Amino acid sequence: MSQNERDFLNTPDELGNFGPYGGRFVSETLMSALDELEEIYNKLSKDPEFQAAFDKDLAHYVGRPSPLYHAERWSKQLGGAQIYLKREDLNHTGAHKVNNTIGQALLAKYTGKRRVIAETGAGQHGVATATVAARLGLECEVFMGSEDVKRQSLNVYRMKLLGAKVNPVTSGTKTLKDAMNEALRDWVTNVDDTFYIIGTVAGPHPYPMLVRDFQCVIGREARSQCQEQTGRLPDALVACVGGGSNAIGLFHPFLSDESVTMYGVEAGGLGLASGQHAAPLCAGRPGVLHGNRTYLMEDGDGQIMHTHSVSAGLDYPGVGPEHSWLKDCGRVNYVAANDDEALSAFRTLTQVEGIMPALESSHALAYAAKLAPTMDKDQIIVVNLSGRGDKDILTVAEIDGISL
Amino acid sequence: MSRITACLQNLKQQNKKALIPFITAGDPQLDASVVLMHTLAGNGADIIELGIPFSDPMADGPVIQLADERALENGVTTTHVLNMVKEFRQTNQETPIVLMGYLNPIEAYGYEQFAKDAAEAGVDGLIVVDLPPEAAAEPIKLFDAAGLDTIFLIAPTTSDKRIARIAASGRGYLYYVSLKGVTGAGHLDIDGVNSKLETIRKTTDLPIAVGFGIKDAETARLIGQNADGVVVGSALVKLIAEFQNDREAMLASVSEFTQSLRQGLDQ
Repeated sequence: MSQNERDFLNTPDELGNFGPYGGRFVSETLMSALDELEEIYNKLSKDPEFQAAFDKDLAHYVGRPSPLYHAERWSKQLGGAQIYLKREDLNHTGAHKVNNTIGQALLAKYTGKRRVIAETGAGQHGVATATVAARLGLECEVFMGSEDVKRQSLNVYRMKLLGAKVNPVTSGTKTLKDAMNEALRDWVTNVDDTFYIIGTVAGPHPYPMLVRDFQCVIGREARSQCQEQTGRLPDALVACVGGGSNAIGLFHPFLSDESVTMYGVEAGGLGLASGQHAAPLCAGRPGVLHGNRTYLMEDGDGQIMHTHSVSAGLDYPGVGPEHSWLKDCGRVNYVAANDDEALSAFRTLTQVEGIMPALESSHALAYAAKLAPTMDKDQIIVVNLSGRGDKDILTVAEIDGISL
Repeated sequence: MSRITACLQNLKQQNKKALIPFITAGDPQLDASVVLMHTLAGNGADIIELGIPFSDPMADGPVIQLADERALENGVTTTHVLNMVKEFRQTNQETPIVLMGYLNPIEAYGYEQFAKDAAEAGVDGLIVVDLPPEAAAEPIKLFDAAGLDTIFLIAPTTSDKRIARIAASGRGYLYYVSLKGVTGAGHLDIDGVNSKLETIRKTTDLPIAVGFGIKDAETARLIGQNADGVVVGSALVKLIAEFQNDREAMLASVSEFTQSLRQGLDQ
């Protein structure tokens, strides 16, 4: 195993660094809260009782394990590798996000804080947070860009039904990054009684580590399910990358399996050349935002750029620091799928397999549709179907010119 | 001795407190900043904090967020900010200038080049909101070498152990964040500030400036009783926004406000 490979297996280091990425770049007020969270997590993550409580919730509340489904008809149409879908869309609340909110809610309960906050893009993480807050009787406030409030109105109402307060954020670009700014501002103000449930593998240490650990259940299950069903490991993994939590959850348990090739699919928007996209790993450069060093979409002066994606959940100018490191190490290939490719994959999977994917996950499907025909029929691709598409029906209808 | 240290020592000898106003560079217009800096210096400011605008100012309240947005709309760049300091220095060599902002624009500029260009422009110190001392070892070396004071924040939540660590890394003065919240928040607790200042002084001899939530002569006077300096940002930036389309009225009201803060501190 090369030096690089060892480097990416044992991350992060004590300071939260994934190679040159990650770390903890926040204002001083939050440093003690992060120290406290790190201490609690280090203790609880080694505590069998905590792990048992987490596993129990995943089994009986989330409905895990989620199936690994052989999309036979679609694979046949594509005429290449066999595509298996990891069905995170079948989780309670409809996406992989809940794996993480269950874990962080258990941490919040342990700290005794009575209020949780979250940022959300597509609303899936907001819904997953509102759900666990309802279950534990915690006060819940969700920050969401006002643009996203408009395009994901179904999820906004779901959160409200669950008892959460949804705060539309009107600063900056009015999307996920601004929601995260506002959540951080709230946390600075209410740090004594508030637990911040970050929804992705980004943010200051220890969030990228603990969110990854909670999401790794995806990859562990997929690994053993693939072996059970096919007698072998997959040849390729494909997952969409916004912040990158569903991707890291699938990839991480396979990192030392050298035969497994991995593809993280960013939002190519209107095309990388247009500048209208959300693909920092494909077209950005390293910088510091939201508490960590990572690849960003920024201008020459270090200002964060506007992003564009048809999917609100991928519409973010940064990415989890572990992905930046996996890119530099060459372990994961990062590619992009454009809006129209994702929309086309959305329609195809719905019509060919009877599964309606989230527009986020549709980016992974779009790349798998290109990859499969280049591979042999006895090869295997596992695609993370990270969420279901019900929330996107209004967006798709609008593109079709239909008013519901 | 740095210009900042000399300024604060001099004030201490006179038994005076430092008035440290903050404005956002390039707000409300690119050509307003240098005029505003001279106005502040001419009406009782001892040190000026000049904000480098950032697209994602996560520690700032709405007033400074909007100022950053206006400045970026005006096309302000880090080079513009350094040029403003250079222009200010043509006629003022006394008033220390501290640049305050977020890490990414500095990282994009390049630490070494930034340190060199800032020092040449006449900058005296830097406050980088999202750069805690743990991550600052390398930048501090470069800033030290260029003669720039790296100023760190201490918060109400900072433990005694961290205070010692921050004080050891800090240069010029320490900036005590008076409340849990963003800039311009309104829940200042004077007794809480005083007790924390007492704790900090047990660890360090560095002067301590207090900021966040100080909005008028009276709060400046109260905080100034125990701090070495007070920072006033949002209240001033709000005034600038109010008169953004009338330069003459803006300068008149900024002069008046600065004088009132000065009087509050000198009482």
